[in-house]
Amino acid sequence: MPGLPLLLAQAFNGLALGSLLALSASGLTITLGTLGVLNFAHGALFMLGAYAVFVVLGHTDSLLLAVVLGGGFMILVGLVFERVVIRLYYDRPAEDQILVTFGLGILIVEGVRFIFGGLSQRVPLPSWGQGIVSLGFMIYPKYRLEVIGIVAIALFALYVVLYRTRIGLVVRAGIEDTMMVNMLGINVRRTFMLVFAMGVLAAGFAGMVYAPLVSVDPDMGGPFLAESFVVVVIGGLGSFPGAVAGGLIAGEIISLTSAFNPDYSYVMLYAVMALLLVVQPRGLFGPEGRA
Amino acid sequence: MKNRQSSGLGRRSVLAAGLAAGGGLGLPLFFPGLAEAASYPPLGNFPAGVAGDSAFIGITPPLTGAYSADGKDHALGYQLAIAQINAGGAIPAAWGLKGKGVLGKTLRYKIADSELKPNVAVQAQTQFIEQDHAIMITGCVSSATAIALEELAQRMKVLNMVGCSGSNDTTSKDCQRYGFRSQPSAHMAATALGPVVAKALGSNRKVAYLVPDYTYGFSVFDSFSNATKKYGWTTTSKQVVPVGAADYSSALINIANSGADIFCNIAFGNDAVASCKQADQFGVLKKMKLVVPNISAFQAQELGAKIMSGVYGTFDFWWTLEDRYPLAKTFVETFDAANKYRPSWGAHIAYMQTYVWAVAVERAGTFYPVEVIKTLEASKADPFDSTLGKVWYRAEDHQMVRPVPVVQGKMPADMKTKDDYFNILEMVPGEQVINPLTDLMGCKLGTYT
Repeated sequence: MPGLPLLLAQAFNGLALGSLLALSASGLTITLGTLGVLNFAHGALFMLGAYAVFVVLGHTDSLLLAVVLGGGFMILVGLVFERVVIRLYYDRPAEDQILVTFGLGILIVEGVRFIFGGLSQRVPLPSWGQGIVSLGFMIYPKYRLEVIGIVAIALFALYVVLYRTRIGLVVRAGIEDTMMVNMLGINVRRTFMLVFAMGVLAAGFAGMVYAPLVSVDPDMGGPFLAESFVVVVIGGLGSFPGAVAGGLIAGEIISLTSAFNPDYSYVMLYAVMALLLVVQPRGLFGPEGRA
Repeated sequence: MKNRQSSGLGRRSVLAAGLAAGGGLGLPLFFPGLAEAASYPPLGNFPAGVAGDSAFIGITPPLTGAYSADGKDHALGYQLAIAQINAGGAIPAAWGLKGKGVLGKTLRYKIADSELKPNVAVQAQTQFIEQDHAIMITGCVSSATAIALEELAQRMKVLNMVGCSGSNDTTSKDCQRYGFRSQPSAHMAATALGPVVAKALGSNRKVAYLVPDYTYGFSVFDSFSNATKKYGWTTTSKQVVPVGAADYSSALINIANSGADIFCNIAFGNDAVASCKQADQFGVLKKMKLVVPNISAFQAQELGAKIMSGVYGTFDFWWTLEDRYPLAKTFVETFDAANKYRPSWGAHIAYMQTYVWAVAVERAGTFYPVEVIKTLEASKADPFDSTLGKVWYRAEDHQMVRPVPVVQGKMPADMKTKDDYFNILEMVPGEQVINPLTDLMGCKLGTYT
């Protein structure tokens, strides 16, 4: 039985881990909840964000600048994908959407592998994130602490744009009745494009923030795609608050189980998801009828 | 000593016609290959696979997934060896080969991405065996794949020169008559490393382990913890993590709180890089000495010399061995010239296994798998010249007996070139560290036919 200090340490780490999962899952849930598109290229876009930071950091020492430029790149990628591919699939069955985004994901991963090779790349910690902080009950990497704050701000900004501005309103109305919104003189397609780009930006931003912590390689997005889906299922398909809650819950499950037996941490995550699907098929905050 | 095999069905047909015309008298004396080919029954892809003027090799490295960098390097090793063997000349001659190709046959090959999945590798190799009539299969960077391919090889009676595989199981409980492994087993690596780290880091140390959740991880953990037990090293934490995990924070918190003096990281490939990087960020590497029983091929390059300096571990091969062995020098130089970087040990295993197989076939005088296997099994009496000096396969479990390089990461200031990451502390003779014949760890080789 692990002692209280270790359990506290793991609970805190679960919060940090969960915030990253929440950010990663939020991009997925934005496109699902607002556009109804299941984006299986999400993991690849997460990886692309990490590589964007890696490339920019080859020319500057500023992680902040790298994130800004990388963010611009991700928005551009999102706009192009939506305009060229995704737009053609809004009215098609979910299976088609899954297949096309899955294919896009493979193209991105193999494209990156072709350009950069399979070796993992080094993204250094920013100078303001180096070192270890003592929290009394544990020591913890400073950057991971800062990431909790960065993620919280990013999630809040996303929420405000999508649910407290006219853009979000237009998108949700457009999903219900595109023709009616068009007749009101609003260009729904353009708004859809913007929202898809925001979903891509969220995935890429998670990759950028995560890059200094993990091994940046072409396959790094795979586990995040799987975990993000678990988070979205726990939180409720398409629910933004659900993604945040689901992320934090998933982080705690993984971390606290690890205190007892790390071998079972991911088993426990999937077990909880399965149990939740039995008890509450639409997840914690999933909208009615989306179960 | 067998004679050379007949080189083609067409020629045999012509000769057979001549034999009929000549009354069948005395011809085998002048064409011994004909008699030799006729003396072996069909088995696996013999003789169909070598009926023409070429022989086919099926290669399945992981070109995607967590070990893709190692897989690409592995593939380049095969390509270099095959190109050299086909071209003939001084390099293959130095290994003991005669002329161009193997027994005069050009080697052909195809490379398929195993995606680091045993079932994908088995599927691809089955296709190579059935459609391309592969006479030898090889290539992997995972013991799980290695074991699956060994089973396939045994079933299909096609030789498998195992690629990268460190698990003991490959040549113990899952050993096969048709599988031969050149990489040191986990037991060999741990037994070579144990005394070195005990001397350097002291006795009675507490060790925390990060263990990837598959046969390789468990095998290395068992071997290293056993090898260091006699020095009073004890396990305070064993963190089993899935392959391909990105975040090791939960496991590292347990390790940081374990009270250990030594952090033994068994994760491999990109997982090793991510976990070491995070261990550094969690302050684990400041509190504990890092030991990596099997250092991944590109780990130092990916992590940087700062983290890897002082780290103890073992390799299959490190490029500075070119100073000790002439064939290693040729390998490193020709690989560097072709690919613009010095080879890692993934490439080395591919290169060495291909050459050793080719030499064994020529010694056997036939591609007939049983004779090739028996030649490899008899190599203790007549070891192969190789990139590691004289090496041979043990007949009882098909593990190569070869020296094990024990290395330590250099301080950045001590590096003479940008890829001069390691000092070779010792080349521990294979005979000293291989498990004894009285303990084959459950190996029961299958049948020849």
